[in-house]
Amino acid sequence: MTSKAIQTTAAALLSGTIFGFGLSISGMLDPARVQGFLDVFGAWDPSLVFVLGGAVITAFAGMALVRRLPKPVLADHFAWPDKTRIDLPLVLGSALFGIGWGLGGFCPGPALAALPLGYGKSFAFVAAMVIGMVLHNRVFARRGQ
Amino acid sequence: MIAYLPSLIGGVMIGGSAILFLMLTGRIAGISGIIGRLAEAKGIAINAGFVVGLMLGPILYLVLFGAFPQVSIAASLPLAVLAGLLVGFGSRMGSGCTSGHGVLGLARLSPRSMVAVVTFVLAGMVTVTILRGSL
Repeated sequence: MTSKAIQTTAAALLSGTIFGFGLSISGMLDPARVQGFLDVFGAWDPSLVFVLGGAVITAFAGMALVRRLPKPVLADHFAWPDKTRIDLPLVLGSALFGIGWGLGGFCPGPALAALPLGYGKSFAFVAAMVIGMVLHNRVFARRGQ
Repeated sequence: MIAYLPSLIGGVMIGGSAILFLMLTGRIAGISGIIGRLAEAKGIAINAGFVVGLMLGPILYLVLFGAFPQVSIAASLPLAVLAGLLVGFGSRMGSGCTSGHGVLGLARLSPRSMVAVVTFVLAGMVTVTILRGSL
C-alpha cells in the first residue's frame, strides 16, 4: 500500500468511528426508537428528528467549507453523485427501502454498528441486506448495463 | 427537550463525520453505497476502513460509558430477514439510504435526495402504522 492509500484507509476508519459513536449516543442503534419515530399515529418518539436535524445542519454548514476546497485532501477530485433525474428507480427503491426500514427498524448504518452488541437478529438483517444488494446488482446487470 | 440532547449531539457527530470523510477522501459517506461497493469487492481499503470504524463506535461507547447503548429488536427472525432484503435491494435501487440521501443529500439540497427522503419516511410510517395497528 502506498502512503496515500494508508492515509485514506485511516481517514475512513476515523470517520467511521465518529459516525458509529454518534449513532451510539443518538439512540438510533435501537430499532424500537426508529420505529417509534415512524409510528406517527401511535406512541410517537421524536428522537430521530433531533438526530437528522443535528446531522443535516452540521453537514449543511460543513458544505460551505467543502466548497472552498479545490480538491479533497487525499484524492484528486470529489466524487459527487452523477445522477440528477428524479426517476422510477429512485422512488421505487426508496419506497422498498422505507418498507424494510419500518419492518425492522434498522437502516444500513445502525445495523452494521449494532453488530458488536451480538444480537443474532442483527446478523440476520445484515446478511439479508448484503444479499439484497448483490441481488439488485445481478438483476440490473442482466438488463445489459 | 433535555431528553433529546444526546440525539442532537449524536446527530452533530454524524454530520461532522460525513463532512470529515468528504473533505479527506472526496467521497459521500453513504453507508448503503459503502457496503454495496464492499460486497462487489470495490475500493476494499477505504470501504472496509469505514465499516470497521462504524463497528468501533459502539465499542468506544462501551469503554467510555461502561455499557453498550440500549437496543431492543421487536422483529421476529423471518421479519428481520425480509426487512434486510428490502433495505439492501431498495437502497441500491434508490441510490442511497438515511445517510447518503438523508444527511448529505439534504445538506447539499439535492432534489433527488429530498424525493428519496420523503418517499422512504412515508413508506416507513405506513409500514409501522400497519405493523403496530396504530390507526
